[in-house]
Amino acid sequence: MNSTAFQKIYTKLNQITKATCSVKAAGVGNEEMAIVSGRYAQVVKIIGDSVTLQIFSGTEGIGTDAEVVFLGKPPVLKVSDQLAGRFFNAYGEPIDGGPEVEGEEVEIGGPSVNPVQRKQPSELIATGIAGIDLNNTLVTGQKIPFFADPDQPFNQVMATVALRAEADKIILGGMGLSNDDYLYYKNTFENAGVIDRIISFVNTTENPPVERLLVPNMALTAAEYFALEKKEKVLVLLTDMTLYCDALSIVSNRMDQIPSKDSMPGSLYSDLAKLYEKAAQFPDGGSITIIAVTTLSGGDITHAIPDNTGYITEGQLYLRRDTDISRVIVDPFRSLSRLKQLVIGKKTREDHPQVMNTAIRLYADAANAKTKLENGFDLSDYDERVLKFAREYSQAILAIDVNIDTVNMLDTCWELFKKHFNKHEIGIKEEFMTQYWK
Amino acid sequence: MTKGIVTGIVSNLVLIEVQGPVSQNEICSVVHEGLPLMAEVIKVLGNTAYAQVFESTRGIRIGTEVEFTKKMLEVSLGPGMLSKNYDGLQHDLNKMKSVFLKRGEYTEALDYDVKWDWTPIAQPGDKVTGGDWLGEVPENWIKHKIMVPFTMTAEYTIKSVTPAGQYTIDETVAVLVDKASKEHKINMIQTWPVKLSVRAYKDKPRPSRQMETGIRTIDTLNPIVEGGTGFIPGPFGAGKTVLQHSLSKNAEADLIIVAACGERANEVVELFTEFPHLDDPRTGRKLMERTIIICNTSNMPVAAREASVYTAMTIAEYYRTMGLKVLLLADSTSRWAQALREMSNRMEELPGPDAFPMDLPAIISNFYARAGFVYLNNGNTGSITFIGTVSPAGGNLKEPVTESTKKAARCFYALSQARADSKRYPAVDPLDSYSKYLEYEEVQEYLNANVSPNWVEEVLHTKDLLIRGREAYDQIGILGEDSVPLAYHDRYWKSELIDRIILQQDGFDPIDSSTPMARQRYMLELILSICDMDFDFDSFEDVMPYFTKMINLCKQMNYAEYGSVTFKRYESELHTLVAERRISK
Ligand SMILES: Nc1ncnc2c1ncn2[C@@H]1O[C@H](COP(=O)(O)OP(=O)(O)OP(=O)(O)O)[C@@H](O)[C@H]1O
Ligand SMILES: [Mg+2]
Repeated sequence: MNSTAFQKIYTKLNQITKATCSVKAAGVGNEEMAIVSGRYAQVVKIIGDSVTLQIFSGTEGIGTDAEVVFLGKPPVLKVSDQLAGRFFNAYGEPIDGGPEVEGEEVEIGGPSVNPVQRKQPSELIATGIAGIDLNNTLVTGQKIPFFADPDQPFNQVMATVALRAEADKIILGGMGLSNDDYLYYKNTFENAGVIDRIISFVNTTENPPVERLLVPNMALTAAEYFALEKKEKVLVLLTDMTLYCDALSIVSNRMDQIPSKDSMPGSLYSDLAKLYEKAAQFPDGGSITIIAVTTLSGGDITHAIPDNTGYITEGQLYLRRDTDISRVIVDPFRSLSRLKQLVIGKKTREDHPQVMNTAIRLYADAANAKTKLENGFDLSDYDERVLKFAREYSQAILAIDVNIDTVNMLDTCWELFKKHFNKHEIGIKEEFMTQYWK
Repeated sequence: MTKGIVTGIVSNLVLIEVQGPVSQNEICSVVHEGLPLMAEVIKVLGNTAYAQVFESTRGIRIGTEVEFTKKMLEVSLGPGMLSKNYDGLQHDLNKMKSVFLKRGEYTEALDYDVKWDWTPIAQPGDKVTGGDWLGEVPENWIKHKIMVPFTMTAEYTIKSVTPAGQYTIDETVAVLVDKASKEHKINMIQTWPVKLSVRAYKDKPRPSRQMETGIRTIDTLNPIVEGGTGFIPGPFGAGKTVLQHSLSKNAEADLIIVAACGERANEVVELFTEFPHLDDPRTGRKLMERTIIICNTSNMPVAAREASVYTAMTIAEYYRTMGLKVLLLADSTSRWAQALREMSNRMEELPGPDAFPMDLPAIISNFYARAGFVYLNNGNTGSITFIGTVSPAGGNLKEPVTESTKKAARCFYALSQARADSKRYPAVDPLDSYSKYLEYEEVQEYLNANVSPNWVEEVLHTKDLLIRGREAYDQIGILGEDSVPLAYHDRYWKSELIDRIILQQDGFDPIDSSTPMARQRYMLELILSICDMDFDFDSFEDVMPYFTKMINLCKQMNYAEYGSVTFKRYESELHTLVAERRISK
């Protein structure tokens, strides 16, 4: 945060609002970083000689005579292998007591990848969780959030996925993370002995909310370095994107922008897309995969945040407690991985797509049977059978603490099909029936 | 040329103090560190021009120089566009070599070093006007017509036509003379401002010919026509993009233009990756050879997103004037509307509903109106069929973009969350969706003449059966399975048979993914014949197993090669099964 001699220093603020201040200055670039009274700020608007700055940690106590130092560059991160194993704040400054990172200074939130230079994602990410591997297979280069209620164990599931995913680097972008959750991640990674593969950029609930806006781009800039320069498989975890969006709305509100739905800025879709679209499979092997968390309020997915997210990401995962078996499952109905068809039946066994669909259809029939039961109607023989099937399917496969490979998952499905149903109730292509219905 | 300097920057809106005349929608370059960043004037107030920059404005300073071009946003039209991948401003993405898109690095839309095999069509002495054909060059498998530029709307006399031979696009292929005896040299390139519609045709009648898409729920139930318009609204994940990709692969069009407007890059990569390998069943060539992709993904600049749909439409109009059947797909038009909203917000305009600009309905309907079937000046026909997707906020169709589009488009393919959740793909809701064309007399005549003599009646009957099935299902749900008459079960399962066999289609199966009209007719008539039969059931519990068996056999038929031994085997098994319980009248 040191200012050097050639930087321009101004001391006449002519406007101060809750999040921004304006100063008369010349030669300033749009989106340039500055330091106002020792606090980081960024240029968000320039009209004539009046430069408006957004002060990340708020304007409390800022005086009209505050010293404004322009840094002559947008937010940057120094990238090199030294990032590995380190913990940083939203500005990319170490918070683990370690030394400053040396490396090339890169602008964060840089340009997007030329679409024709991308490669089609085709590498499966195995997690051992059937709700993912069987029903919603993840692929490198994908972006997908957990849509979860705040009380659901999404941080635990995400940490499990991250550890099993066999990524070269795991980059955690924590936004409004509680200190406990931050320590949970830290300990989990440490205990698993993978700390040298982890990089964290963390804004906790103790830090000013607007600072969060820098976190995803810090994480993604580091990810681009490892994916492109080092051709590594990088997994980026972003939690909680809802808190990121809240920060966006605070800023736009204070800039007097007309809000659109749910008091979110009208540009929410583009703002989120710019981040999520950093997920990519690069031609020479490196990839960036983004797994995010978007917390819902009361399960409402029509709220602007999950709604816009769903339109951007390649599917979404829901957690649900299956009360029949008292365990958490990845909800087979609403969860979806859009990229799964690139790998299922191709990188996995050929019967995968049909087995997956059939099992889910039967699971849906079970849900209908349950409704019937609740409404006091008699169950048919078929209803009884799908209910039994659903319970066993949930128990043996779906529960997130089950850890098996896809072949095993598929075989188990076939066993359950045979156990509970007739051939014609299955409706799978005949060539697979002859092969697997034994 | 007018010049100016930047006096303000608010996100991608820049204020420019101009020294000279400027026009609305004029294109200018903001020269940032030697790079010309394209921008479009969207408002002029005194000597301040407001311009939206088609790039990130990061680092731009007050005092930065701006150069105006005197031109509106234009595309370059000429042979060589087929198979290309353009950004929203028609820069060739394949010519950009770095992994990241570099600001201000613009590439040519056309290739200047390729020689084309020119054959004249017109003769010296012919009277011509904008859009008339002068000659042609083969472009992949189409005969690309070289036309009198659309901007030349007066009448001209051809002075000379260059003899057949190999020429590059910038060589003169004809010389025209206007009324004032001035000569105009014509080469194979012309430009056109994208926001204006090309009107180089004689007449735009009501469309009447069906456009086959291979998708049963569209072709059979709610057909679209050549030159028709349609839209696909649906919540996220309901299958809009998959449906559009199926259309782009299977539709009976000469040319497909796909505008990926503010959606995911990976989805476009899918096209880039697959289309060069997939066969076009009608020509035996690769799909990519009939496709142009305009790609402005969600992370690319917002202003260029708005431009991308116009770029795509203008290219479609150009090919339509060659007498071709063009299918234009845009995914998603909501992103385009949002780009308009972002800009209108920044301009501090008075917002309309949901903060969209007040004139959104007019903008949308003007755009849809550019599609259509036309008679060209020379009597040939051409068409643009346009199908856009709409991504309604919260999946709620009562929102400005859906409502405005509903007024503009004639086919409505509503994707339902419930159908998508239960994996009933394509999730087009059979009861909510409609095709206005089915009510057109000329379309009805066409269908009855070309598909089957009673086709329209059969389709309407199918819809009735679906409605009755839904009603029966609701009754069963309310009263309980054993408290309703057996006929309700029968009715419900017959609609289920139609749903599972005709409406649902496996978009990823090599055979089922596309069904030719003849096969659609065969299957519909087969299913309807079963629906018109009476069956003998002892109890309601017999109904479902019987129909699931039937559905299973019909599904196997759908997966089998049409008319093959396997197909026939399943069919005869089906007939045996049907005979088991059929009550002969
Ligand atoms: N016809 C189909 N057959 C099988 N699966 C399908 C079909 N249509 C959609 N799906 C499934 O649904 C997923 C989402 O479909 P799609 O990407 O087309 O949704 P969308 O409506 O375009 O969503 P968004 O608005 O978010 O772009 C697909 O990845 C696929 O898994
Ligand atoms: Mg889509």
